[in-house]
Amino acid sequence: MTTAKSKATKTKVKIVSPDLGHHATDVGLEFSKETEAKIKRILKRYPEDKAQSAVIPVLRLAQDEFGGWLSTSAMQLTAERLGLPYIRVYEVATFYTMFNLKPVGKYHLQVCTNCSCMIRGSDKIVEAVKDFTGISKNGEMSDDSLFTLTEVECLGACVEAPMMQVNNGYYTKLDKEKTLQILDALKKGEEVETATPTTPMKDGY
Amino acid sequence: MSEIKTITLTIDGQQTTVPAGSSIMDAAKSLDIEIPHFCFHKRLSVAGNCRMCLVQVEGGPPKPTASCCFPAGDGMVVHTQSDMVKDARKGVMEFLLINHPLDCPICDQAGECDLQDISVSYGSDQSHFAEQKRAVEDKDIGPKIKTVMTRCIHCTRCIRFATEVAGVEEMGATFRGENMSVGTYVESALQSELAGNMIDLCPVGALTSKPYAFTGRNWELIKTPSVDIMDAVGSNIEVHSRAGKVMRIIPRENDEVNEEWISDTARFSYDGLYENRITSPLLKNKGKFRAIGWKKAVETLLPKLDNKKTIAGLVGDLHAVEDLFAFNAFMKTTLGSDHVDARMNGFALDGSYRPSYLFNTTIEGVDSADAVVIIGSNPRLEAPIINARIRKNVVNRQMPVYMVGAEVDLTYKYKHLGDKPENIAELYDGKSAISKELAKFEKPLIILGADTLGRSDGLGIYKEAEKLADKIGALSSNWTGLNVLHNKASAVAALDLGVYPEDKGMDLGKTLKALEKGTVDTLILYGDSTHVDAEKLKGAKFTVYIGSHRDAYAEVADLVLPVTPYTEKDAWWVNTEGRLQEAKASVAPLMNAKEDWKVFRHLSGELGKPLPFNSLEELRAHVLKKCPNYKYNNCIAPAEKWVSIAGADKLLKKSFVETVTNFYKSNEILKASKVMTECAESSLNKNKAMRKAG
Ligand code: SF4
Ligand code: FES
Ligand code: FES
Repeated sequence: MTTAKSKATKTKVKIVSPDLGHHATDVGLEFSKETEAKIKRILKRYPEDKAQSAVIPVLRLAQDEFGGWLSTSAMQLTAERLGLPYIRVYEVATFYTMFNLKPVGKYHLQVCTNCSCMIRGSDKIVEAVKDFTGISKNGEMSDDSLFTLTEVECLGACVEAPMMQVNNGYYTKLDKEKTLQILDALKKGEEVETATPTTPMKDGY
Repeated sequence: MSEIKTITLTIDGQQTTVPAGSSIMDAAKSLDIEIPHFCFHKRLSVAGNCRMCLVQVEGGPPKPTASCCFPAGDGMVVHTQSDMVKDARKGVMEFLLINHPLDCPICDQAGECDLQDISVSYGSDQSHFAEQKRAVEDKDIGPKIKTVMTRCIHCTRCIRFATEVAGVEEMGATFRGENMSVGTYVESALQSELAGNMIDLCPVGALTSKPYAFTGRNWELIKTPSVDIMDAVGSNIEVHSRAGKVMRIIPRENDEVNEEWISDTARFSYDGLYENRITSPLLKNKGKFRAIGWKKAVETLLPKLDNKKTIAGLVGDLHAVEDLFAFNAFMKTTLGSDHVDARMNGFALDGSYRPSYLFNTTIEGVDSADAVVIIGSNPRLEAPIINARIRKNVVNRQMPVYMVGAEVDLTYKYKHLGDKPENIAELYDGKSAISKELAKFEKPLIILGADTLGRSDGLGIYKEAEKLADKIGALSSNWTGLNVLHNKASAVAALDLGVYPEDKGMDLGKTLKALEKGTVDTLILYGDSTHVDAEKLKGAKFTVYIGSHRDAYAEVADLVLPVTPYTEKDAWWVNTEGRLQEAKASVAPLMNAKEDWKVFRHLSGELGKPLPFNSLEELRAHVLKKCPNYKYNNCIAPAEKWVSIAGADKLLKKSFVETVTNFYKSNEILKASKVMTECAESSLNKNKAMRKAG
């Protein structure tokens, strides 16, 4: 969503078409047993009639469960699970850039291009990602569906700038080479150790 | 600590005292000081997001304060005309216009646009903004509302209306910052009977009327106060016409009836006034209608009205008081026939005791009820405005609602207690938990659906409801909580005026039987009704249809006489509360159509027994003699002492059914309207899609 715009381009608000994935009529969509258990745990944190409070964590679960992005149906499923009107979930899902409204690659590369990272050379990181993956524009997915590149605002890791987030892990103190190494390893399916632990809450949501 | 009940503050040097909890904006209003605003609306929650209402509060923070959401304080000194305020207003206007297209010349809102007015009065003529403006895609939200979302200033009134008043949470603000956009996200037609009100609420031209789009400028329109007749609420409307044609319909404010909302049938059905109309008398010849002159039509009709013949009259749903009176008198005194019935739904009661068929608590009374029991009615479709009022109380003060009847979506939660007449007894038997719960309320309000009272066991259901009312204290000296909710505009007036057999004539049921047997010589169908199938009306030797639209009833007739719909005559209307309201003619009768009462007056003269009135005033004097209550123009007659009416039927085991099956097609004007047809289709499609989605 965070499309950086050059000054001259006209901004058009894009409505993500529900045709991108599952349909509202796609009745098959369901949360898995594990996710359902997590949802139950989350709901326990809030009073019974305040299920709306659980929208964000449940949307995150839905995003993880259904391929790293939120189709309209995934949002509708979330709404139904929480007993909310659809629009109340659409509003939240479209507000936060952490929710992807279109399919993303297996690895979602979110490169910070905010002040600190920019000063420390984030432009080169973006370049490196583009070169390696063949992605030409911010927000796009590589042809092999492995990577999606998104430029993001400060992710709070300025001390170790420049940085990028891959799915849920942070990679920091990057330069061109290190970035390429990481991408190469990811492409081969190897694990690359992240810089920060990524479980802010007990069960991660 | 004693509680502070009132607050005294000074605004622009004038002192005012307001109740505690009032905002600065409220206080200013009490002094008639105007504060420009966009997002604030007195019938919606406070959002405080447009910042147009900034004022200066002395001694407060050194920045302007949003007066709509800042509580007035005791001793506060407020300025609304200081330099700081003027600058602030200019600044806010400048910001609001940054992304506004300023396309007034091609905007339907121009001339009645808050943004335009406030910009002229308080804005600046320059802007610092030289960059590219943003554009927002328009959304398709159905056949009622046209959207030009680039014009939206994000006041969120439409969202709050959908959420708070209409009870269909379909509008929202998606995305953020510069990309924020108001709409439904996934395009779909709004499923509300009140959606059109968003057009009035939208302070700019983002939401405008789709059927009215580009057809007129508001300053060219002649505005006539009128009363809506698409249901029996009697919503106050203003009919806007140009060059003798109705161009659009908008609400008038009346706190006692419709606040400032009207249903979409009231707002968008006016194209039906020009579709399928009967423009001259028609005579059937070998199965085909041929246009004839009035003179020939009367000549054809007179021999059929010979008083040796059996003449029956059935009266449709959309007639004004005067016309009903004239028709009734024509039938009973001129033709000497008592075979008249206007109760096309088979309504079980007659007009002998007025409170037995009125919405006694009054619509405003819903606000003071402490519980609502609905029996065999779907207020959402039978009276969307009353349903919105109930919803308001459910949302604001958690008023409980109970329902015996078909389970339908009312836009609020209710307890469903069965769908059979026998379930009513469980509510007052004094043993069940629910009857104990109901007995606790002080001002319970019972709503009986008029069509439910039209079942063959209607009287029995009425008596059951009366027992319930009595047992749970809905019939005390200061609270009459037993109400009938009518859904047809002329229902109450017809009962008031005695448009039913008063002597030994045939009622609807008997007339239908007689038609089957072929014993009716002449059948006069005055107006259309959705309650009785036209098929059943064949069988008279001669049938004459007197109406405005060439609908199913016209097709079974041998002779058709054109009369006027509600916009083409000065008339009185009586709503479900028994409130008489006056509507003015906004346009002249279409082509050869004539005002209804004049037709009956003329015919009576030709038959040698003239009705005793020659003008509308004289006719109204007669009406007043028959119904003295009608002197309470635009208000409600004082409550009468409750008298129980006699008789009881056996209750049937039959379940209550959904009373309105096609909201957008429930009378001849709606049936003729193309816009209503589209609405009916879009709600049908949506229902199908929902069902498929499970
Ligand atoms: S569409 Fe109109 S009412 Fe709705 S938020 Fe925009 S300006 Fe306000
Ligand atoms: S600026 Fe990049 S992490 Fe803060
Ligand atoms: S009217 Fe006060 S902020 Fe909009």
